[in-house]
Amino acid sequence: MNGAKFVVLLLIVAAAVFGAALAIGNAYVFFAGYVVLQYIALATAWNILGGYTGYVNFGTAAFFALGAYTTVVLHKLTSLPLPIMMPIGGIVSGIVGLGTGYLTLRLRGSFFSIATLALAVVVQTLITNWDFVGGSRGAYIIRPMTTPLLGIDYIQYLFLVMLGLVVIVVATARAIERSRLGYGFATIRDDEVAAEASGVPTLRLKLLATTLSGAFMGMAGAPLPYYVTYLDPASGFSLAYAVNGVAMPLVGGTSSWLGPIIGAILLGTLQQVATVTISSALNLLIVGLMLVGFVIVAPNGILGLFGLGARRARA
Amino acid sequence: MEMSLDLLGNAIVSGLLLGGFYAAVTIGVSISFGMLDIVNIAHPAFIILGSYIAYIANTSFGMDPILASVIALPAFYLLGMGVYQVYHLAFERRGEESLRGLAFFFGLLFITEVTLVLVFGVDYRLVDAPYIGPSLHFGDIELPLRLLVPCLVALVMIGGLQIFMARTFIGRAILAVAQDQLALRLMAANPTRIKRIAFGLSIATASVAGAVLIVIQPVEPSIGRDYIGRVFAICVLGGMGSFAGTVVAAMALGIVENLTATFYGPSWAPAVAFGFLLVTLAVRPAGIFGR
Repeated sequence: MNGAKFVVLLLIVAAAVFGAALAIGNAYVFFAGYVVLQYIALATAWNILGGYTGYVNFGTAAFFALGAYTTVVLHKLTSLPLPIMMPIGGIVSGIVGLGTGYLTLRLRGSFFSIATLALAVVVQTLITNWDFVGGSRGAYIIRPMTTPLLGIDYIQYLFLVMLGLVVIVVATARAIERSRLGYGFATIRDDEVAAEASGVPTLRLKLLATTLSGAFMGMAGAPLPYYVTYLDPASGFSLAYAVNGVAMPLVGGTSSWLGPIIGAILLGTLQQVATVTISSALNLLIVGLMLVGFVIVAPNGILGLFGLGARRARA
Repeated sequence: MEMSLDLLGNAIVSGLLLGGFYAAVTIGVSISFGMLDIVNIAHPAFIILGSYIAYIANTSFGMDPILASVIALPAFYLLGMGVYQVYHLAFERRGEESLRGLAFFFGLLFITEVTLVLVFGVDYRLVDAPYIGPSLHFGDIELPLRLLVPCLVALVMIGGLQIFMARTFIGRAILAVAQDQLALRLMAANPTRIKRIAFGLSIATASVAGAVLIVIQPVEPSIGRDYIGRVFAICVLGGMGSFAGTVVAAMALGIVENLTATFYGPSWAPAVAFGFLLVTLAVRPAGIFGR
């Protein structure tokens, strides 16, 4: 299936999802569905760097929250519509990704991972100390009264925007996987020294992957202030994003664009159910246990369990 | 000006003491990451676990927190050996340390933290000991025992480890495995066994580090993450696995952080460690005493 056909198929699936959600006609479906979609975008974005090049980013929460806080700033200063704010949030996160990558990606991969862990702490410190965006008290965001599309609620609008982002991120991930770029990424993952020796511009490719991955995470975070209407550092930088960003692709399978989607739908839905029925701390524990269990027992995730992880051999 | 000189002197002295404590927190990572090349990002979580064990021993049995941590050393050693065994079988042997091994430790960090939250809640916990509160005074310089005792405990622990590494067969084997695993195998020593012992030691240090942490400041489950940037910055700057380098780098960070806290406010301190880490990685990834 070529790229254009795949995008058309994705759009049809997305339209069907939105139609089904409308048909159920319950606002909760949109609230819960938004979170699952947001995780699909985050997990797929993480996988562009983590799954394709093998570099582990633990700072998902930082990139995500940067996008969200960019929206808070833009909301206070301007009256831009949300679909314009999202790419701006993406650019901010992308630049931070580029900077972190530039300083650490020349060293062994583990240094990059450690730097992203520390990045999450520091960006949170900066935001907590920045009064303009509410500091530690947090910021209230008043949703616009109307949506640009007639006849739908604001939560439905947010759902639709996130659905659109998911289509963009998934289509990009799949296009990368099947392009020269994707093969370049795969050589880094499989043997970076050999790749470098064969003339693959590894640093440039790694920086590209880091920037793109960070930018998509920022875009996924941009609508968050309108979704929660009150954003404080503790919720924007929640550990849930960091752990889900890593767990969902690894549980689903990192070798293909389908893996993060499976992981995000599975873990995202499970957490929505567990939050309602059990407790939110316990459901994070479940995610952590699944992450550790899968990396030990099923290194290629759910895709690997069904024998689909072997596609990397062709790449 | 006299006033600020005072402040400066006190900031430097308590920075040195704080640095001694940072060395205790880092020494385990200097062994696991610096020597064994195991990126144990879960180390701070084991330290927080140590803090809670000292907390329970102190509040339930009135035991001294540092004494409690020494008693808990063997348990932490066994825990470390167990973690290494899983890591070795599931990742090291398959050559999958980088992506999945890192995710494994990240998962451990997360599971430990969430479990502590479920058991103890998110309230700050503290301990009671005779050296928490009083200070020694030398002119204008104040030496709080709350910082001095942890610093001394840290230096004793690191000194002991240094002697162990230099004088005993196992210690020398650990230094050897850090340099060349194959050579060790050719000498008919089993590198996996040596690494298991070394990793056990690295986790054992977390018991003592956790106790001195809860002596210095109140502890809640998530503060471990604040230490990740610090410990790895110190480990790298200290030259990855050099004990003397770890102490010097830890004290340097302690002083810089304390000066920042004194003159700009304590809420900026976590950013200092990250700046430290980034500058180290960008400018001097081999550390100050790098080979």
